[in-house]
Amino acid sequence: MQNGSVIKRRDLLALIGTIAGSSAMYHAMTSLGFASESAYKGPLKLAGDVKGTSVLILGAGLAGMTAALELRKAGYKVQILEFNSRAGGRNWTIRGGDSFVELGGFKQTCEFEQGLYINPGPWRIPYHHRALLDYCRRLNVALEPFIQLNHNAYLHATRAFNGTPQRIRSIKADFQGQVSELLAKVTQQGKLDEAVTKEDQEILLQSLRAWGALDRDYKYSANLVSAEFRGYARDPGGGLTADPLPSEPIALSEILRSRLWRYLQAFARYNFQTTMFQPVGGMDMIGKAFAREVGDLIRHNAKVTQIQQNSSGVTVSYVDAAKPSVVQQATADWCICTIPLSILSQLPVDVSAPMKNAIDALPYAGSVKIGLQFKRRFWEEDEAIYGGISFTDLPIRQIAYPNYGFNRAGRGILLGAYLFEGANSYEFTAMTPAERVASAVEFGSKIHPQYKTEFETGVAVAWHRVPFTLGCSGEWTDAGRAQHYRTLCQIDGRIVLAGEHASDLPAWQEGAILSALDAIVRLHERVVRT
Amino acid sequence: MIRVRTSAVAALTLLSATAATGQDSTASRRTFSSGYRFVEMTGEELFANVCQGCHMPDASGATGAGNYPSLAANKNLESGSYPIFMVINGRRGMPAFGDMMTDGQVAAVVNYLRTHFGNNFEDAVTAKDVQEARR
Repeated sequence: MQNGSVIKRRDLLALIGTIAGSSAMYHAMTSLGFASESAYKGPLKLAGDVKGTSVLILGAGLAGMTAALELRKAGYKVQILEFNSRAGGRNWTIRGGDSFVELGGFKQTCEFEQGLYINPGPWRIPYHHRALLDYCRRLNVALEPFIQLNHNAYLHATRAFNGTPQRIRSIKADFQGQVSELLAKVTQQGKLDEAVTKEDQEILLQSLRAWGALDRDYKYSANLVSAEFRGYARDPGGGLTADPLPSEPIALSEILRSRLWRYLQAFARYNFQTTMFQPVGGMDMIGKAFAREVGDLIRHNAKVTQIQQNSSGVTVSYVDAAKPSVVQQATADWCICTIPLSILSQLPVDVSAPMKNAIDALPYAGSVKIGLQFKRRFWEEDEAIYGGISFTDLPIRQIAYPNYGFNRAGRGILLGAYLFEGANSYEFTAMTPAERVASAVEFGSKIHPQYKTEFETGVAVAWHRVPFTLGCSGEWTDAGRAQHYRTLCQIDGRIVLAGEHASDLPAWQEGAILSALDAIVRLHERVVRT
Repeated sequence: MIRVRTSAVAALTLLSATAATGQDSTASRRTFSSGYRFVEMTGEELFANVCQGCHMPDASGATGAGNYPSLAANKNLESGSYPIFMVINGRRGMPAFGDMMTDGQVAAVVNYLRTHFGNNFEDAVTAKDVQEARR
């Protein structure tokens, strides 16, 4: 870019600020992608007379319970029908003693030690998921850090480095260092003269040396400068063993060919940037906190079989799991339906043809999570890995270390596989739970050989086999979203949908909550207007 | 593409006290694809590693809050074009596999389905049928 030929964004903003005032500048900043903020604008204030209006909510997941909490507060008569005997939906934690049966009848009973758990569904909360964080604060859900990036966890490629896992720290430092060295070299050769002024080139060289851990000659090599980034062959110590020894960088070509660089984006993307959170004690602390507020409104074990509406209200038929032959009915003025579309698409539902078409169009992603209990926390004791995630090209894709109970003796739980979409998620779903666990142990032992002696017991959740969702989350394509999304979110007569599938944050809890808030604001406007 | 195979029988011997139970009613060998697309080539392999996840090893489907339809003795399979459409495009929660399988793979799994589990439709579909259905 030539100097002066283009107005830089920052200069443009300063100009707008001077001429039009800060409000205009704020809007300009937003449209230019700065100051981007959550769609959440703080706790809802639903003002106006709701005139005794009743709302029937289908599903006691986060979307349904958010709607129930806010609508009751605004004066509505609220009732929730829930398929499970438990509130929370996909907000779910499995602990020792818990049993669950997946489709096909395969039953698992978790044998984890008391206090250990696995979150088979959502497991992390980005700092910018403001609505979810606000509900956690209002409902007294204690949070702790979820460690997305642990520099001492591994990157692993089956066909690189003889299958030896590499520390994230080393790959990141060596990649960054050698790219910096290359850029410094072409800068010094004058090859950037047209793109960068002489003055800026000097600053660029300084920054590359600092950022890339280059030596005085702009080289990235085995010395105590690079060791401060990639780690030491011998760490600094005390007394007579104080001298640190530098470690040997991995050649750029090897890193490039290993493809390990592709995992570095897992830490760079907006959804995965620090700080991330998890509830203390398990993700279901959120669902339980909501249930403390609205649990009295929930009719559990209710399987919805039909949704009817006319100009004056909705009638929902359902059966109790214990008495499936007796059809019962619930009625209300309005219905907020959070039933996953994988299920809703199979029900007789009185909605417009475009809405029905939208409901039928969304496929549900496959996802599998496998929790493994080990006799000891060898990843901490032997390998100094405290929390975080290792990535691999093996079919298990990830191994995630617990972000709680650090540095304790005794047992621990690993997330031994996390599949999301792609062929492997289907292949793992097609197995029995025992096969999934066995495969996770076999593959994981290639990264942590301790698996073979330390493994005790495991549980495996394949979301396509989960009876209450028949899939993990709505799998929108750009084309599908363009065609159906706005229709799906419309109030159709007296029915409006909510849930992660009715959001632009698919598979995130924030999406479920924001969709519920958006739906009830629109519904409330209609109620108070008429 | 590489394919990783593991013997589930051998793998199961690693399980000292797993909580997971359930009978291994299908192939004793599992196949793992290396990328986004499936490496399984035969209809039998594709069914055992993909379809049975939802439709179950005996193709009888399953029922929870919603249903996975039974594919056994299923009259909807009479015309080969219907299962081809469903595998490629998905519908009502069923994922679209069009991007994850070649024409030949889609044809193979449809033909397997239409000649097993109490289905006896002998008019095999071809990769060309699948190619045309993609348009």
